[in-house]
Amino acid sequence: MSQAEVVREVVRDVPRRTSPLWTLGLLRSELFTTLRRWRTLALLAVLAAVPVLVGIAVKIETSDGSAAGGSGGEGPAFISQITNNGLFLVFTALAATLPFFLPMAVGVVAGDAIAGEANAGTLRYLLVAPAGRTRLLLTKYATVMSFCLVATLVVAVSALTVGALLFPLGELTTISGTRISFADGLVRAVLIALVVAASLIGLAALGLFVSTLTNSGIAAMATTVGLLITVQILDQIPQLHAIHPYLFSHHWLSFADLMRDPVYWDDLVKNLGLQALYAAVFGSAAWARFAGKDVTT
Amino acid sequence: MAPYESDDSTSTGETEDLRAGRRRAARYVVPVTVVGLAAATIGLVPALADSGDPDLPKISAQQLVEKIAASDVQQLSGTVKISTDLGLPDLGGLESGLLSGATQSGGDESTADPSAKLMELASGTHTLRVAADGPDRQKLSLLEDAAEYSVIHNGKDVWGYDSKANEVYHSTAADGADARDEHEEEVPATPKDLTEEALKAADDTTSITVDGTAQVAGRDAYRLVIKPKDSGSTIGAISVAVDAKTGMPLKFTLTPASGGAAVIDAGFTQVSFARPAASTFDFTPPKGAKVTEENDAPAKAPEDFRKSGDDFGREFDQELGKELDGDGMKVIGEGWTAIATYDSGGEGIPSGEEAGGDLGGFLGSFGDKVTGTFGKGTVFSTRLVNALVTEDGTVYAGAVTKEALVKAADAAR
Repeated sequence: MSQAEVVREVVRDVPRRTSPLWTLGLLRSELFTTLRRWRTLALLAVLAAVPVLVGIAVKIETSDGSAAGGSGGEGPAFISQITNNGLFLVFTALAATLPFFLPMAVGVVAGDAIAGEANAGTLRYLLVAPAGRTRLLLTKYATVMSFCLVATLVVAVSALTVGALLFPLGELTTISGTRISFADGLVRAVLIALVVAASLIGLAALGLFVSTLTNSGIAAMATTVGLLITVQILDQIPQLHAIHPYLFSHHWLSFADLMRDPVYWDDLVKNLGLQALYAAVFGSAAWARFAGKDVTT
Repeated sequence: MAPYESDDSTSTGETEDLRAGRRRAARYVVPVTVVGLAAATIGLVPALADSGDPDLPKISAQQLVEKIAASDVQQLSGTVKISTDLGLPDLGGLESGLLSGATQSGGDESTADPSAKLMELASGTHTLRVAADGPDRQKLSLLEDAAEYSVIHNGKDVWGYDSKANEVYHSTAADGADARDEHEEEVPATPKDLTEEALKAADDTTSITVDGTAQVAGRDAYRLVIKPKDSGSTIGAISVAVDAKTGMPLKFTLTPASGGAAVIDAGFTQVSFARPAASTFDFTPPKGAKVTEENDAPAKAPEDFRKSGDDFGREFDQELGKELDGDGMKVIGEGWTAIATYDSGGEGIPSGEEAGGDLGGFLGSFGDKVTGTFGKGTVFSTRLVNALVTEDGTVYAGAVTKEALVKAADAAR
């Protein structure tokens, strides 16, 4: 859809402000704006490159018949199974990017959402459109969440492609030792990608809140990524185990529980609940801040 | 919505500012409320979910013990959470390295070797999954971060699969009824195994009572409390939740006499007595996995398994005075306050400054110095087992207090 079409749609729908189509149009234009940025494309390219690197590294390391990741099982989760089945590269790539690359990309996009507009001086023009601040904020959040999904899928699809090219596919062994068909494995891979994307929702809300606090896009991005690193470090300190269950990154690797047979849901549910809580708290905080904010730029 | 402006008359501007400010502050009530609600939910839900103890017909301790003995659960699957806090000095990886090193005969061992892996259960909190379908098919999985270690017994085959290292350990069990007997001994990780170990100690030094009911993993259960009658034991009480329907122990808790958190707390968090899917017990080594075969005679395999179990249950075995009739080992007393003693043959641990070299000082720093009519010695304490090493190299160990050890040493003199 071209820019002109968006504008036409906007104009046509002005009398019916509550039309869902209108919001969709706003969301669509937001999504396209975000995904067309060079910055975003570069982030996605970096994410797509990670599985390629991992895949080639494992291929070279195991070309002489030795096991990947050493005999003790070091390295990212699932790395030793990649040689059995290329599908495991999807899980390894997600496990490798989830601690930092994926959330960093989300932090950049989320931090930029409001503050970037304010920085560029376009926020007041956005507010001139009869959208209302709440709806604009919701659209921005939906855009960031869509980006979470897009970023995760970029990693997953890249990993699946590389895995299919370099390694055999077929029946796979779950980490519980049972065997499942390749189709079942693919279904689990899709579920895992969705869970990974959902794991980033909390951080996205946090980034959006930070974004409403400042008029500098760079400051918001740096703060969000800084918070991410801080939380990751806190999660590594054993003395702070009392607060660990409440850190948004604590249950991130629980997506691996989907590869057990039967699936172990406890931590998955905890993770999703925690993300929903972060989304509710920081989403409403962002709304509280943004709805009453003096917008001068 | 336009930006707020206040460039009209001063007085109205001020009131509007005030009102806008108040409205702005009022919005923050929403996130604060969400946080409050979440905190309340986290705090209250466990309390509400604890719907009180179920009403069950009265039962005597004797009947309950018989119920456990008669329990013949063939099919089950469930999740067990086991926490062990023996109060060992936290040596991190070194500890598990030493412990597993002690159980192994040497040589390069596969990480999928059960005896090496299951030692990890001796400390910390772990989640296990168990599944059983008759005597020939059992599975025990240790859930790790993004990995799992499984021991699968299916007919003649016993497989160990370590998904993290992608290594497989294979041995052949004796078939049929033999395998069952052997297998039962394997790993006392489930509440049932632990309970059987504890009930073996039941004699006149023990008081066994039924202490109300409880709910475990969504099932109604009786609570059986086993207590040592003698003072001097470090074991405070063993509490077992027994499923009212099947007589299957669902939760096992061992609390030390010194109070504090349980030393061993193992219980089902989820359990089902339906037949597990047959595919649960199917195992084919994945392509590319390193397979270590247990090459020795088939009979050795279960032996090896049992070894790992024994290590885990060693605390029990010591205080129960079982299997301690080995070479050079004597048991003083019986029941809960039994003390194992043996001559280590060495010099013992030198106490005081005459200690030879740094090692003596290092070891000594872990223990407390004690003196008695037996001479001098060092006591090494954990929350459950205390050990006294005298200067002449005699070791006294048991689930008894320090004083009881000194008394035993004095008496032996």
